[in-house]
Amino acid sequence: MAATAAEALRPTGIQFGRGIRRFGWTIAVYVLFGVLMVVTVIIKPDYGSFEWNTLTLAALPLAFAAAAQTMVVLSGGIDLSVGPLMALANVLALRAMVGHDLRYSLGVALIVLFEVTLAGALNGVIIVVTRVPDIVITLATSFIWAGLALLVLAKPTPGIPLDFQNLAQGSTLSPWLPDALLLLVVFPLVWIPLRRSRAGLAIYAVGSDRNAAFRSGVNLGLTRVVAYAVGGFFAACGGLALSMTTGVGSPLAGTYYTLSGVSAIVLGGVSLAGGRGGMLGPIAAAYILSLIPAILIYLGIDPNYGQMIQGVLIVIVVMVGGIGTMLRRP
Amino acid sequence: MSTRAVATVRLVQQHSIVVLIALLVALAGLIEAIRPGAVNANWVSNILEFAAPLGILAAGQTLVVIMGGIDLSVANVATAAAYIMASQAPFGVTRSIVAGLFVGVLVGLINGVGVAVFKVQPLIMTLAMGLVVTGSLNVYSQASVRTVPGVPAVIHTLGSGTVLGYVPVSLFLWALLAAVLIVGLRGTGFGRLLYALGDNLEATRLAGVRGWQVLLTNYAACGLLSAVAGLVLAGTVNAADLSLATVLLLPSVAAVVIGGTSIFGGSGSYSGTIVGALILTVLNSVLTLLDVPDAVKQVLYGAIIVVLAAAYTRVLGRE
Repeated sequence: MAATAAEALRPTGIQFGRGIRRFGWTIAVYVLFGVLMVVTVIIKPDYGSFEWNTLTLAALPLAFAAAAQTMVVLSGGIDLSVGPLMALANVLALRAMVGHDLRYSLGVALIVLFEVTLAGALNGVIIVVTRVPDIVITLATSFIWAGLALLVLAKPTPGIPLDFQNLAQGSTLSPWLPDALLLLVVFPLVWIPLRRSRAGLAIYAVGSDRNAAFRSGVNLGLTRVVAYAVGGFFAACGGLALSMTTGVGSPLAGTYYTLSGVSAIVLGGVSLAGGRGGMLGPIAAAYILSLIPAILIYLGIDPNYGQMIQGVLIVIVVMVGGIGTMLRRP
Repeated sequence: MSTRAVATVRLVQQHSIVVLIALLVALAGLIEAIRPGAVNANWVSNILEFAAPLGILAAGQTLVVIMGGIDLSVANVATAAAYIMASQAPFGVTRSIVAGLFVGVLVGLINGVGVAVFKVQPLIMTLAMGLVVTGSLNVYSQASVRTVPGVPAVIHTLGSGTVLGYVPVSLFLWALLAAVLIVGLRGTGFGRLLYALGDNLEATRLAGVRGWQVLLTNYAACGLLSAVAGLVLAGTVNAADLSLATVLLLPSVAAVVIGGTSIFGGSGSYSGTIVGALILTVLNSVLTLLDVPDAVKQVLYGAIIVVLAAAYTRVLGRE
């Protein structure tokens, strides 16, 4: 009797353990975010909807940058041109939108999404066709996209239509539910269908073991191009988010987001070796990385420390992750 | 493919540096064609002077890439070393130079500890350290705002002085470092260990190599070389600001890749990187000569690196 009971129990036990192992990091990231929020409220007792609004506005472009990097890294690559792609989307939007109404702006946004998705796909095509490592190609194309952005717009210029800015800056439902937070709906809309599709499965397969994926009949080249294209799409969203949150078109706006995007995915539990991780962790990580500078300001610390602390945090996170893998290995 | 073609390809593969030098000469020819008389002793002297900081920066990168890693903090380290050297200059030249070099070794050691001991991916470790270095430098620059950063005369001479009218002083330093690196990589146990680690980490472990010691030393050496490059660069432009070497990050990787060192590690040489650095510098000179706007220059620069890397991988069949 006891034996059968134990046997009956075993599967659930295993599944529970597996769930913890699979989502443990993501859960930890959300817990960390929660803890940091509590700390923030303790430090700044009058933390209100305005501060929360500011945080969501700062985190939105970074969340998209992280998503763009996640797509590419899951497929086993790395995209060092995410920031310049965002800048390109940002300046293209400004150039076409200036002085127009919301409907026209939305049309422009669609076209920009399409163009920058193509640019992302082009990254993938070049990598697949030339067989040069991802890091070299995207480092080189980051110069191309940044140069193009400078050609479109030589210096930071304001002029994104107010109605378009309000898509992110307003808070239609409640002051505690800013529109910038609602815009995150793009993630499930793109990610869930993709994750469940053949292409999504192929991306994970190619990322975790290219040889095995090839022998299982996965089209390696096409899959990698799709990953880069979806990455480009998210980068375009990030650029448009920058337009909405800042109201400015800036050809250099993106530089910060390449590195921060990589930081966010590392913190968010995406393995840089490819094939492991999801979309939930990096998004929370984007909020954590945006919250830290705010906390420093509330503490009255020189914001110059922000970059340093961000770097130290990433180092600590990856080192702890490194120790974790070492301990797990027999 | 005929036997002859196969033989040609093999010849090119074995002597890829010849192809690179031919490319370099072709670029110089292009400049001469655009503006007859432009290629003279003065021009060569200028090219060498501007290539020296890049070449030294790419030296550290070459060491790390051969070992199968990558260092994306080289530009930040070079900037920090130069800035700290300049800000310490009022307290004595020796002290300021030592302080600058110390920064390089320190950051290199931290990179090495992260990669070797904690098994962090080099890309992430060095990227994050780059953030830490730049962030710390910002804080430092705020704190030390009273001392005006000035480049000591020795460093200025090192970076932009010439001997006999045409030979840049920095060339002597570069040549010395190059000799040490080329001989060291080929002829010493440490050099061969770098190739071995880059080729097959597991095999070296089984063979009894203490990999972490090699990694640690190598990242420290890369940090030191980056700091040296930063000092030379500060001498060349005779100033040290907070974004001094930032533009050299991509070229430092590009020079290594163009020079034929595999980004996956295990093969390559510093002599290739030297030619890579020269090609990039001449390329920049071509674009400047054509009076291309900066934005177009960036686009062309990126495109040319893609084409070169692709040609290299395709023609020479390297992966």
